[in-house]
Amino acid sequence: MTTAPAETAFHIQEPLWKIRLRIAWKGLKQSWALFTENKIGLIGLGIILFFGLMALAHPILMHTVWEPNIYDPFIGNDPTILQHPSPPSARHLLGTDPVGRDVLSQLMYSTQSEFILGLLAALVTVTIATSVGAISAYFGGALDAFFMRLADLINILPFIALLVVLTAFFDFGMIELALLIGILSGFGGTTIIFKAQALTIKVKPYIEAAKVAGGSDLHIIFRHIVPNLMPLAFLNMMFTVTGAIFSEAALSFFGLLNLRMSWGIMINTTQAAGYLLGGWKYWYLIVPPGLAITLLCSAFYLVGRALDEVVNPRLRRR
Amino acid sequence: MLKYIANRLLQIVVTLFIFFALTYFILDAQPGDITLQYVNNPKFTKEQREALRRRLGLDKPAYVRFFQWMGNTLRGDLGESYQYRKPVMDVLLERAPRTIFLFLTATLIEFFVGYWLGRVLAWQRGTGLEYGITVVGAFFYTVFTPWFALMMIYLFGFTLKWFPIGKFLDVNLWRTAPKGLTANQIFINLLVTMTLLAVALVVVYYLTRRMNPYRASLIRWSALIGGAAIAVGYWAASPVAKYAGDILYHMALPIIVLTLINFSGTMLLTRTTMLETLREDYIMAARAKGLPERVVRDKHAARNAVLPVFTSLIISLPFILGGGIITETVFSWEGLGLTLLTASTTGDIPLVMGSFLFIGTLALLAHLVADVAYAFLDPRIRYA
Repeated sequence: MTTAPAETAFHIQEPLWKIRLRIAWKGLKQSWALFTENKIGLIGLGIILFFGLMALAHPILMHTVWEPNIYDPFIGNDPTILQHPSPPSARHLLGTDPVGRDVLSQLMYSTQSEFILGLLAALVTVTIATSVGAISAYFGGALDAFFMRLADLINILPFIALLVVLTAFFDFGMIELALLIGILSGFGGTTIIFKAQALTIKVKPYIEAAKVAGGSDLHIIFRHIVPNLMPLAFLNMMFTVTGAIFSEAALSFFGLLNLRMSWGIMINTTQAAGYLLGGWKYWYLIVPPGLAITLLCSAFYLVGRALDEVVNPRLRRR
Repeated sequence: MLKYIANRLLQIVVTLFIFFALTYFILDAQPGDITLQYVNNPKFTKEQREALRRRLGLDKPAYVRFFQWMGNTLRGDLGESYQYRKPVMDVLLERAPRTIFLFLTATLIEFFVGYWLGRVLAWQRGTGLEYGITVVGAFFYTVFTPWFALMMIYLFGFTLKWFPIGKFLDVNLWRTAPKGLTANQIFINLLVTMTLLAVALVVVYYLTRRMNPYRASLIRWSALIGGAAIAVGYWAASPVAKYAGDILYHMALPIIVLTLINFSGTMLLTRTTMLETLREDYIMAARAKGLPERVVRDKHAARNAVLPVFTSLIISLPFILGGGIITETVFSWEGLGLTLLTASTTGDIPLVMGSFLFIGTLALLAHLVADVAYAFLDPRIRYA
């Protein structure tokens, strides 16, 4: 009689957040084990880490080793070199561009903005798609029809073509572009995926239990449906990052964006200065940014593929 | 079924109307208009500018112009392009065949290669081969297209000189062309040939679907090779063989590049759906019956896994009209994508709207076709 309350008291003594953290940690460990089973995810993660270090290293190098007026990604110029572009040398590991700026410094500086662009676009996409997907799955009816027709509407347009038209008519910077890509893909195809997933969650017994317990609609949507959409959200973020970085590079390549520096702009500069088909002699102008875009895009894509096998039990190996 | 189709068609009309209204007002919201391009000319007075605006109808409010545009479009008049001073319809009809032929060929090749590789990939799960193909596939899938295409042009067109650089025909050769022969005629005739060949292959596929897989695949392959041989023979014997050959020769490099870029999308999709199908009970039943692995793979797993791939093929078809902006720019292939790009950078609103009309209508119809075809292919799906 006396031991039972003491035991309950013992369990309650541990704060709730600690228990939740422990459960989350356990889930994370399990997911990590599944993730590492697939080597392609680890390859992708390795590449992302490499680019992350590059982005972090740029400000440090600018403050220590690199002289600002020579290595600045926008206005730097090396007066000791007579002719620009110059091939890779000890001073400039990837050479200099037609205006005399250091290619490596530009590459590393752009890495930061690519990460910001990709992650911001992905965050906006997933926030919109999760809420809209959960709401239209939960309520159904006219609201659902409206959002699904809207998704169809956005889906019927080739993404790049629409971005080309919009950016040609309006002035876009990096943040605006990230928001635009986020909104378009958030209300577009991604919502349909999330709604389909939310529909399978809606019929689970615990949703019924929450309703019986008197949970309000918003409570059920944001405390019960949305948390269960999180793994899918994480997976879709990876694919959105790939799309966002690719779109930015393509638009910059056409010269449609109002950016100071990015990987796409680097290729655009090379093209505008006429070194594009100048032969392997000028490889250091075109290969580093092109390869960087490709590698970072495929890295996020590979991580997404590997996460797909974690999230989708039908794809797992038994 | 008919009721479902009618309902969907009605939805398509509403969606298209909203879509056109949105695009029109977004394009209209941009600062300035077409008359601004003369503003640096000192002889272009304010009165002249007003007169030009009146003549183009730009002095009316946007909604009046939108309904005018809508009415004219329904009557089949898409207006006149500011840039080319010709009816938009003429510009689009001139550009459409080359885009459709290039991207249709590339899409078909790409789906065939991707489906075939994806099947192998699902079967080789967990082996080094799978990791290798997946990583290479992901690299091509996410490769920065303009960069990759330029590298390919540089390598094959510039250094090795195997393929011509840019454009879709050799101007010097076409100077000697017989009077009245245009490249568009050849493009359209090639398209017709390809359609006939495709229909013939579908018929052969349908007739052999219940046969033993070994015999069926033998018949299908010989039909493919035989049909292709007849088509090639017909074109080689025709008087315009030289010119058709020239166009095909210019098409080779874009097709190689497009296939390399796009096959992995299909490949990875096929792999995913195959892996999902392999967990179904009927696969286990087929194996338990002692059927050879190849029959299980080709007849039981692949045929069910092909459904989503088929849908993605149909849905991707309308995008060949506008999705080729990057490819067309890099290869100077003056099709619809390049037209859309130049129209939007020069502010040629009628031409932009015309291109979107083409792309939007076809995309929505393709979605409908995909849904209806799905119901025929998959007996589990029924539209009440």
